[in-house]
Order: sequence, then structure tokens, then C-alpha cells
Amino acid sequence: MREITYRQALNEALAEELERDPNVFLMGEEVAEYQGAYKVSAGLLQRFGPKRIIDTPISENGFAGLGIGAAMVGLRPVIEFMTFSFSLVAFDQVVNNAPNMFMMSGGQFNIPITFRGPNGPAHQLGATHSHATENFYASVPGLKVCTPATPRDAKGLLKTAIRDDNPVLVLEAELLYSSRGMVEPPDEELLIPLGKADVKRQGSDVSIVCYAQTVPLALRVADQLEEEDISAEVLDLRSIKPLDEQAIYESVAKTHRVVIVEQDHPFCGVGAEICYRIQKNVFDALDAPILRVSQEDVPMPYNERLEKAVLPNADKLVAAVKQVCYA
Amino acid sequence: MQSREQRDEVEMLSLMLLIRRFEERASQQYQAQKIGGFCHLYIGQEAVVTGAVAAVRDDDYIITAYRDHAHALARGTSANACMAELFGKATGCSRGLGGSMHFFDKKNHMYGGHAIVGAHVPLAVGMAFASKYRGEDRVTLCFFGDGAINQGAFHEALNLAALFKLPIVFICENNLFAMGTSVKRSTSLKQIVDRAEGYDIPGEIVDGMNFREVRDKVAEIVDSIRKEPHPAFLEMRTYRYRGHSMSDPASYRTKEELEKYRLDDPITRLRAQLTREGKLTNEQFDQLDKRAKETVLAAVKFAEQSPELPIEDMYDYVYFNGPASPERSAAASVESVAVAATEAG
Repeated sequence: MREITYRQALNEALAEELERDPNVFLMGEEVAEYQGAYKVSAGLLQRFGPKRIIDTPISENGFAGLGIGAAMVGLRPVIEFMTFSFSLVAFDQVVNNAPNMFMMSGGQFNIPITFRGPNGPAHQLGATHSHATENFYASVPGLKVCTPATPRDAKGLLKTAIRDDNPVLVLEAELLYSSRGMVEPPDEELLIPLGKADVKRQGSDVSIVCYAQTVPLALRVADQLEEEDISAEVLDLRSIKPLDEQAIYESVAKTHRVVIVEQDHPFCGVGAEICYRIQKNVFDALDAPILRVSQEDVPMPYNERLEKAVLPNADKLVAAVKQVCYA
Repeated sequence: MQSREQRDEVEMLSLMLLIRRFEERASQQYQAQKIGGFCHLYIGQEAVVTGAVAAVRDDDYIITAYRDHAHALARGTSANACMAELFGKATGCSRGLGGSMHFFDKKNHMYGGHAIVGAHVPLAVGMAFASKYRGEDRVTLCFFGDGAINQGAFHEALNLAALFKLPIVFICENNLFAMGTSVKRSTSLKQIVDRAEGYDIPGEIVDGMNFREVRDKVAEIVDSIRKEPHPAFLEMRTYRYRGHSMSDPASYRTKEELEKYRLDDPITRLRAQLTREGKLTNEQFDQLDKRAKETVLAAVKFAEQSPELPIEDMYDYVYFNGPASPERSAAASVESVAVAATEAG
């Protein structure tokens, strides 16, 4: 194991899969000559050439659709959205074409494509550039959605996504690109299955269910709560769809109290679905109502103080945990 | 003894008859409520797809919009599989899961059947991209209607195809109406083919009611693309005799206009050409038509007698290589955990 950044981990995943399978190519805005808007694809053009690392015009619908068409005839495209906020321009391709093709064609055409890029609010980018899209996409049958929070998960999930025979969205966390973590050395194959959550911290009093940018927040809060004699378990979903329900219920069976901390909006957010499933399937295991900490239900304001007020933060999470613990 | 080309023309006439009789029968079965959803008929436009398909190889890629029955038939999908698809049966070309607007036939290189106007044009560009990526000399034929040319996806796709010099022919089937809106009311151009010029793509206007002209023009362009990959654009001037869909009486156009085009019917025209040249007798034509009608009637019988997919099978068409749907497998495992959690609680 060695310590690398989240950005490097993604870069390694791309390089390894490009190396392994000639049908894999990377396409998107600024991925080649510019070396990636967030430098995730740095060095790939030099290593794999312009045939496989392909710059596009600003044309998300066009190149997302191009990728789906190429996947219909057997290539395995990796399509980078500079941010998932821009994927909304390609919503028709991602939602209507990629996941529907297998059903519509009676099983003749599966679409082995990966859409990836940063997702979720970053820092003072304003309303159009701050979308957390996981709840939009996870609601669509036929799509898979994963949300890595650590360099190791980023590498392992992206590699798995590229090898998957279905459309997979890898929603990277913009604020975590420079974060560091331990990852297996490059000569050790690292594949992390989709649909497997990970207990990032063991605990016995309360389960904090989180993903992506809310994982480091949950871990910080768990440390803080430890000092107040509350033992919090931190369950990182890693994939939103398929959802690892088993892991959630196991954690609930242990702690009997749940707070879900998510980066999307409260109405029809990821946490709403998880709440429903917990109460439906393990209602008797609960000792308190489930609480959710999410964004406020407003478009993202630019003003820094207001932005902070919109986002989940440690104070909100601590308060929610104390409430479910009746502490 | 007929030459290869002449025999092919008779075969192609026969295919045009099959398409027309198929569509007429589909219309009747729709009215009898055997066919659900939307149903868009190709009657009047037969020369476009038959001419284009006659000019390409069997392994070239074909993709189209929702008026797609003819494209599947032209590619070699059986009338049985097409009719069964309309009936929603498991023997349909998309197993009854796609319907009229979503015909697919991988074996015959028919890539759909796409019902969001303009949205399949980027897919076609991706297929052409894949051919070039692999160094194959396949050409993609991308069909769409005049309604598609004002969609963003269409513009983005043409730009990408031109930038990447991809082997694709954009075939605009200009039947003068996007649903009920005439080209004049929808498109700020003197002629549709001028769209191509904006992307530095060579374009031509073709008489889409003339099988021979369509075939020869597509053959010429495909030949040039195989030598050196590039996109091309053909505006096929054609006409649909029926409304946009089964529910459309087409009151936005006059009887006189329709009659004018009927006089220029693509089947009558090819028949006249062949008869004049002594390659087809009236008896032979009647024979071809009789065969087409019989094939289609048999297809209706086949569709009626075919089974539907069992309901539980639908979960198998969500994810490829999945343990069916993750949704379903998750539901199955819930119970054991629920019991454990309840006991623990």
C-alpha cells in the first residue's frame, strides 16, 4: 500500500483499463491536450495517443450519444463530463438511450459505457454548477450509480465500472480530488464491486449512513462524538444503485439508530429512499425515528455564508445524531 | 436470362410491395386494436429505404427514427418478427418489449428504431466512430425525418461526424411534415440540404420517389466513403400518404397535394420502368403483389398465435449479465436480514 490522491487513483484506474482492453477509450471536453479540467486524465494522451484519448467540442448531448452508439457495437467508452452539472445537457442520452436500450431491443443491445466526472456542490460555483445528480440518476432503472469517497474506492470502483456490461455513472467528488489515502500498489489488481457498502468506522450507538463528500464529514463527526461517549458507526454506501441494503440493515440491527447524511436535496433525495426501506424491512430494529441531513431545499446561492448554510455540516450532523440518541 | 442488376430490381420491387402491404395490414390491425401505442406508417416513402439498402453491404450499419417498420423489413427482418413486435409478442424482433417505434435486429445490423426525434443521430455517429476506430470499412446509414434537423442532438452529431471524419451517410427523409408542421413553418432554410453545408459536409438532393436514383446516389457516396472515411448528407424528397401516426387524419394538407404525390408513386414508377424495359410483365407484378399479401397475412396469423413474455421475465431486461435486476435480488435477501434485525432488536 502507498498513499496517493483521489485524482491519481482515478488516473491509475483509467490507465490500467486502457492498457488492458483496446476497446476502452476516453472522450470528453479537455481530456486530452489540456490534460483534464481537473487533471484526472493527465498524461494519458501522451501514453495512449489521440485515437483513444479524445477531445470533444462543448457538446455533451453529442458526445454522450456518440459513446452510447459506439457501445452498441462493442466498444467500451469512458465519457467524462467536466462536471455532472453539465450532464444535464445530455440527460436525454444518459436517461433515455443508455439504460433503455437493453429492454427496448429485447435484450439484443447492452450498453457497456462509463460516464464519469465530478458531482455535487464544490465551492461557491453557484446554482448551475453545484448539482448533486445521484438521486436523479439512481431513480432510473438500467443505470448503476456509484459515489467513491476515498482514493482506494475511486480506483476500484472506476475499474469495475469500465468492465461492467451496463451503463455505470461514476460520480466523483470534486472537493476530494486532492485528498489522500492508502491504495494497493499498481501491480496489484484492485476491483471493488458495485453495490457493496463499506463500514468506514465501527460503532455501536448510531449508524451514520453517508457517501461521497459526506464520508469525511461523517468520520470527523464520529471522532467528535467519541469524546462525548457516543459511538457512531460510519457506513459508506459507495454505490447508490445497486444499493447495499444488507449492509444498512446489519448496521441498523447493531445500533438501532440512523442518521443519513447526503449531499443532494431533501425532497426525493437518496436518504428518502433509504428511510423507506429501513422502516419497511427492519422497523422493529429501530429505537428512534430516522433523521436526514441534506442540502437545504433551495438552489445553491453563491454567497459563501449562505452556501455553508445550505450544505450538510458537522453541527447539523451532530445535532441529528444527538436527537436520535436522545442525548 | 436477367442480369444480376435486373433481378435485384425485381427483388427490390417485391420488397417495396412487402413494405406497403405490411403497413396497410398494420393499419388494419391497429384499428382492430391488436396493436397498441403509436404506429407510424411508411406508405409512400418505400423507395428511400429500399434504394439505400440496395446500395450497401449487409454488414453496414443502419439506424433510423420511429417510422421504422420498413427499415427492418428492408434489412431482412421477417414480416413475422415485425408483425409480432407490433402485437407485443415474444417472437417479435424486440421480443415485444420495444413496440412499433423500437424495432431492433442485431443479426441483420438494424440498430433501431429510436423514438426521441434527433436523439439517435449521435448514436449513429458513435457507430461510425467505432468502425473507424477498428479500421473497418463499414458505412453507417443514419435515417431521420425532416423534423429532426432542428434538434440540438442533430447539430451536435453532424459537427462531431465532420470533425472526426466519420464514415456515415445522413439520410434525411424529407416528407414535408414534422408531424403536422410543414418544413416551411419549422425550418429557416431555403432547402434542408443546406444544413450540411454549415458543417462542411457534402450534401445532395435526391428524388426519394425514384428507387433507381436513390440507389445510385447512395452507392456512389458509399463508394467514396469506403475509400476515405467522411460524412455525407442526402436530402431525400419524399412523401407519406398517411397521417403522422394512426391518430392523425392529416387535415393540415390538401387532397390535391396528396393526389399529386400519389401519381408519382415509387412502386408504380419502378414497375413502369421495368415493364417498359421488358423486364417485368403485368402477370409477374400481380404475382409479386399476391406473394407480398400472403406473406403479410401469414405474419398476422403468426403474431396472433405467438406467446407473450412471462411477466417475471421483464426483470431480465434491466441489466445485462446481472442477477436479474438488483432491485429484485435485493428484495429477495431482505427478509432474512429483517428477521435477524427484529430478533436482535
